[in-house]
Amino acid sequence: MSDVERLLQSALVPIEPPGTLTDRFEEALSELTGAAAEELADWELRAMRDPRKWGRPAAAVVVGGAAGGALILVRTRQQQRRRQARGIRALQRSVREVAGEVRGRLR
Amino acid sequence: MDEVATKVELDAAFTDLYRTHLRDVYSYAYYRIGNHHDAEDLTEQTFLQAYRHFERARRESNGRPLRPWLLRIAHNLAANYYRDRSRRPQTQLEDAAVISDTHRTDDLVERREELEEVLAGVSRLPDDRREALIMRFALGMDNREIARALGRSDGATKVLLHRAIKQLEADLREEVRDE
Repeated sequence: MSDVERLLQSALVPIEPPGTLTDRFEEALSELTGAAAEELADWELRAMRDPRKWGRPAAAVVVGGAAGGALILVRTRQQQRRRQARGIRALQRSVREVAGEVRGRLR
Repeated sequence: MDEVATKVELDAAFTDLYRTHLRDVYSYAYYRIGNHHDAEDLTEQTFLQAYRHFERARRESNGRPLRPWLLRIAHNLAANYYRDRSRRPQTQLEDAAVISDTHRTDDLVERREELEEVLAGVSRLPDDRREALIMRFALGMDNREIARALGRSDGATKVLLHRAIKQLEADLREEVRDE
């Protein structure tokens, strides 16, 4: 290893991300969940009349459910930060309930 | 039931990816962009995009590590960052405390200036050479990983790294001559 490489090794050290970054990421994931839930709620009002539109909300269930699942898993890393957990869990529960209903109807 | 199990397993895998590589992506973003604020944005966007395409990436990776794929996302987003905002990397990293925070040896004071010059030299390199050095030295990636992240062949990556080091060496030598 040359001198410059040794210097690079010393200068380019890994940088610890700020603790708030995981919170931000969780928020962004929960927005994804929220958007999917909104789409589902909107669809609920129209779905009975037009079954041809069932495909897109079904995809929203998948996206919303997936984002919610990852959110829970990311969150376990910071169990001490529970301040938003209740609201998000409620949202995930409602998404799951609606998802179950949609699946039932699609069968 | 299988679908649920698969989703749970996929989420667990993504969480692992996030935990394992958060520091890598953030380090790359910070050295690439030069300030913490935008590095946070870039890191967040990288993982959101990774999340959207995770299932497919995992399927297509055939068990290979996903770090180069993650870094490739960050690399593309960083390129857009400069293109969209007509920005150039900052010549000096925002926070020289990076050095004092992470080096706790007694010779810190003597070496600090030297290391700052190295970082300044790295920031003056062309994007591709700078990226290759960041991946090699800050993230500890090998040639093959860097090649995958940058979308180059192994041979081209080896040459890229070699030229980056030579250019930096010449640049630092010139700096010393000018002083």
